[in-house]
Amino acid sequence: MDFTIPEDLEMVRRTARDYFNDRILPVVDKIEEEDEIPPELIKELAEMGFFGLPFPEKYGGVGIGELGYCLVLEELGAAAPFGNLIGAHTGIGAMSIYLGGTEEQKMKYLPDLCAGKKIAAFGLTEPSAGSDAANLQTTAVRKGDKFIINGSKQWITNGNIADVIIVYAVTDKALGARGGVTAFIVEKTFPGFKVGKIDQKMGLRGSHTAELIFEDMEVPAENVLGEFGAGFVTAMKALDVGRIGLAGGAVGGAQKLLEMSIQWAQQRVQFGQPIANNQAIQWMLVDMATKIHAARLMTYNAAWKMDQGQKCTREAAMVKLYASEMACEVADMAVQIHGGIGYMKEYRIERAYRDTRILKIYEGTNEIQKLVIARELLKAGK
Amino acid sequence: MKVAVLVKHVPDTETRIQVKPGDKKINEEGVTYIISPFDEFAMEEALLLRERLGDVQITAVALGPQKATEALRTCLALGADDAILVSDPAFEGADAYVTAKALAAALKGGNYDLILAGKQAVDDDAAYVGTAVAEFLDLPVINLVTKLEVNKAAGTAVAARDLDGYSQVIEVKLPAVFTAQKGLNNPRLPALMGIMKAKKKEIRTLNAQALGLAPNELGAEGAKVEVKEMFVPSKARKNKVLTGAPAETAPELVKLLAEEAKVL
Ligand SMILES: Cc1cc2nc3c(=O)[nH]c(=O)nc-3n(C[C@H](O)[C@H](O)[C@H](O)COP(=O)(O)OP(=O)(O)OC[C@H]3O[C@@H](n4cnc5c(N)ncnc54)[C@H](O)[C@@H]3O)c2cc1C
Repeated sequence: MDFTIPEDLEMVRRTARDYFNDRILPVVDKIEEEDEIPPELIKELAEMGFFGLPFPEKYGGVGIGELGYCLVLEELGAAAPFGNLIGAHTGIGAMSIYLGGTEEQKMKYLPDLCAGKKIAAFGLTEPSAGSDAANLQTTAVRKGDKFIINGSKQWITNGNIADVIIVYAVTDKALGARGGVTAFIVEKTFPGFKVGKIDQKMGLRGSHTAELIFEDMEVPAENVLGEFGAGFVTAMKALDVGRIGLAGGAVGGAQKLLEMSIQWAQQRVQFGQPIANNQAIQWMLVDMATKIHAARLMTYNAAWKMDQGQKCTREAAMVKLYASEMACEVADMAVQIHGGIGYMKEYRIERAYRDTRILKIYEGTNEIQKLVIARELLKAGK
Repeated sequence: MKVAVLVKHVPDTETRIQVKPGDKKINEEGVTYIISPFDEFAMEEALLLRERLGDVQITAVALGPQKATEALRTCLALGADDAILVSDPAFEGADAYVTAKALAAALKGGNYDLILAGKQAVDDDAAYVGTAVAEFLDLPVINLVTKLEVNKAAGTAVAARDLDGYSQVIEVKLPAVFTAQKGLNNPRLPALMGIMKAKKKEIRTLNAQALGLAPNELGAEGAKVEVKEMFVPSKARKNKVLTGAPAETAPELVKLLAEEAKVL
């Protein structure tokens, strides 16, 4: 057993870290304030290759697989809260095409998505279909060589900036999740596509979620993603991948909070000595570090498994569950160690506390992860 | 055109250097390595030359242990076409003279139009290798270059140097050696795609034998200087506290920062 990260992936990670330190750290406060990522920055991220990390070179990707993707998201997680922009684009949006699309569709869409010339979104959630994703109300009806889609999606990350949106719609109500849901590759220019309200969120400033509205939206039949009726399977496969990437970001963010907490604990003097001298503080640091270590190894292992082509639905759910719980605990302890300053807007701890909370909700709530793991356990008997 | 870029793998400038008592080299444990920053300027200039002139073949060359391939991989990721690692256990204890001699041997016969190097490596700060390589190859050298223009048709280059209080512009017939000074350019980071592509590019390793160097020309034996002692100076920190009204202490503080701390 060899846990060494391959040299090329290490180099990608180092380069990502240098880049984020250089170009993103100086603007994170501005992004927080203005709730907007500068378009030049997005362009630069794209040129560096950050929008096509896991995909093979033949589709214009960097070809570093899920493990490399996780390493980069880990670095991004340490620098800024908008890893989910890349996560929604790459991890579930473009990933749906990569996992579910025909060769023709991959060749048509992935190169522009990898190059960041186009941004992707993943449109599954609806007002009545959150955890119960099979309860979609959006319908698609065939009409000649087109499908007519009606309905709406909510809280779709990148919804307001996406050029290509994977829309999951019901094509056979009776079949439901078992063959009744089809995924469509929707371009924002298709007639009948509209972006609705853009949400005000608790955190993740700079990244936006939006409502998408489809009114008799016309989608060419060739834009059925992969097989007709296979939408639900594609969505679940993409989410497996997305969950591992999410864990990578959670680990990176937590690591940063640990480092900030160690530094603060050694610097802040109360009762005539640094607060780090108190075992109460030390033990919090210990818990943080230990859980980060566990989450990191779980993440790398799941990513590696995925790169080996092994099925890892169970691991992906476990990693997402554990890493997000870990990140929230770490954020909470970081605030505690920082005391009042940890609650103040001027310091990045407060922000991290808010930004971390979403990890337990999206890409399947943690309760849903437990449901997935339980199902796998009962099926396998171990 | 052919351009060779000399790069050295050095401890990260942010590393806290440690020396074991009695040792004549730094303790390498836990040290992360980078390309010496002045060499990054040299590498970037080669890339810019290619962008301006089109057909430019870039070869990155490093002397060092196997680990120095990391520096070469970075150059390949940035866009170098190939790379040469000059490496042999016999180089242990080499000084800048031996290093330059070996690098010159590796470059000889390569028909490079330009050889670019950093003005000095940030680990030993010898500021010697670029010039000595030129000497061994019997080529002109222009040091501390802050601007470089190549006229391919004429086979010449014009380089600018910022000196203390004035600037100098020098024209030279190629081939020639140039050493890069801060201000020459802004080095880029490799695109992630480049890193993966670099995996497929070749790094040739040349040992002493391949370079045709005799044992007495290598390592400590061939060196012209000898390190007698190496230590981390003990920091006797002198804290100074200024007391008095801010209006009086502020100018005093500025004066001390400028003259004693030399940070202004
Ligand atoms: C910032 C943000 C970005 C998002 N981005 C996207 C996106 O890009 N694309 C997309 O499609 N969606 C996106 N979503 C939607 C997200 O995936 C859903 O919010 C999530 O799946 C939960 O659905 P819900 O909010 O409807 O909660 P509900 O399903 O209503 O859940 C409410 C609570 O009930 C629990 N619960 C529900 N069912 C069960 C059960 N069977 N057993 C036990 N507990 C249960 C849940 O765990 C939760 O605690 C995003 C959401 C947010 C907030």
